[in-house]
Amino acid sequence: MMRASPARIALYVISALVLIYLILPVLIIAPISFSSARFLTFPPPSFSLRWYQQYFSNPAWMQATQVTLTVALLTVVIATPFGVAAAYAISQSKLRIMRLIHMALLLPLVVPIIITAVGIFFVYARIGLVATMPGLVLANVMLGLPYVVISVLAGLQSFDPAQEMVARSLGMNRLRSFFAVTLPQIKSSVVAGGIFAFISAMDETIVALFISGGQYQPLTKRMFTALRDEIDPTIAAISTLMTAASFMLVLLASARQKRSG
Amino acid sequence: MLALVSPALLVILALIVLPVGWLAWQSIYHDGFTVENYRRVFTEDVYWRSFALTFEISLAVTVIALLLGYPVAYLANSVPKGWSILILSLVVLPFWTSVLVRAYAWLVLLQRSGVINQFLRYLDVISEPLALVHNTFGTVVATVHILLPFMVLPLYATMQKIPNDLMQAGASLGASPSLTFFRVFLPLSLPGVLAGCTMVFVLCLGFYITPELLGGGRTVMVSMLVSRNVELYNQFGAASAVAVVLLLSVLAIFFVVSRFISLDRVLGQK
Repeated sequence: MMRASPARIALYVISALVLIYLILPVLIIAPISFSSARFLTFPPPSFSLRWYQQYFSNPAWMQATQVTLTVALLTVVIATPFGVAAAYAISQSKLRIMRLIHMALLLPLVVPIIITAVGIFFVYARIGLVATMPGLVLANVMLGLPYVVISVLAGLQSFDPAQEMVARSLGMNRLRSFFAVTLPQIKSSVVAGGIFAFISAMDETIVALFISGGQYQPLTKRMFTALRDEIDPTIAAISTLMTAASFMLVLLASARQKRSG
Repeated sequence: MLALVSPALLVILALIVLPVGWLAWQSIYHDGFTVENYRRVFTEDVYWRSFALTFEISLAVTVIALLLGYPVAYLANSVPKGWSILILSLVVLPFWTSVLVRAYAWLVLLQRSGVINQFLRYLDVISEPLALVHNTFGTVVATVHILLPFMVLPLYATMQKIPNDLMQAGASLGASPSLTFFRVFLPLSLPGVLAGCTMVFVLCLGFYITPELLGGGRTVMVSMLVSRNVELYNQFGAASAVAVVLLLSVLAIFFVVSRFISLDRVLGQK
């Protein structure tokens, strides 16, 4: 009924402009990565895969890619079980201290990342973890934990703990009943949490800037350094691949969450 | 149960509580207790100017994000479900693109030979390219872009809970649509406004990648002060003091806001 009012039309126009502002930068990268031009022109003069070739044939980029994938995978492998165990304990326990622990596990989302980064750098410098693989993985596990905890806690909310009680009353021990009864029902939120931890580790830049170095530099650190010097379209190719990877993972995670919904 | 949380808790203690504690200690102790670092932060020009600039930029980013985000959240709340899912997906889409990638995209768009300047020159609106990046303007444009989802999502969540009956009641009592909006809808959406503004402001206070890449070295925000003191000048004590003051500002804001609305709402946990 108020569809035609000027206010309504203004609302549509403003919202459309804001949405364009939001997605334009995400969409602009891919065409540039497929352009043959050395300098950025839009629309691109002709189609070319040279920036992808440059990326795949450069040993430094390849090494960085390997570091990123290794760190992200190890982060998921460690942060997921840690986060699931913690979320389970938080949801089941009636201890008052659990509230405090729950808040502590969300700290990585609250403390400005630059502060975390510098703090970790100082600690690592003391114990010799700067520019090492374990140092990088540990930091990303910490940063990924909140995503797993939040996702699994949400999954546990719709789970009836009485079911586990039944399993235990039928003679299963707590561990077996968790794996046989609880875990299958919260599987989707566990997978989603793990995927978010993976994306978080893949995109993490600031902590890596401070604590990574030598042969253990992830993609984001090399990209950041490259961006400070010059705008190289190779970065557009890498960005396109990273964005595609993120989107596929998010689609996977949300498809899973919906199924559990 | 405590045994189950201990691995996660240990990681958090070792990698965030200990490092932050270390920063705090380092800011007051160097061969004996000292307040020298804090004296510098509060009296030296470079420091307080950077803090002032950071608060100004954060305020500007928050206000712009609110002005841009409110209509979008309002629209998403007032259209049929299929459309609102589409709108929200478009809002969240950039969220899952690396901040670094988005900063790069803005460099491409805004630089002197960039897409926007080329377009404006093609239209003959300008004859000389505009300086859109390597300054505060570029920093703000990119930062708003990155933080906008943090504004829209809590706004939308709050608007969803406002019963439609109230608007109809207002209309049936003879109020115009704009009057019902300003007297009924807007006040009821204020908790969402506060939640969104808090998150955007706080995240902006510690923002690093966009000012570093798009600020052109002139927009020295607090985060850059911290990193430069560490990487360039080896002033670990000063860097720590700046970090502590930044963290205390963030905690103070969360504390004040928690008097009005639940922090769960700010952190997007409903």
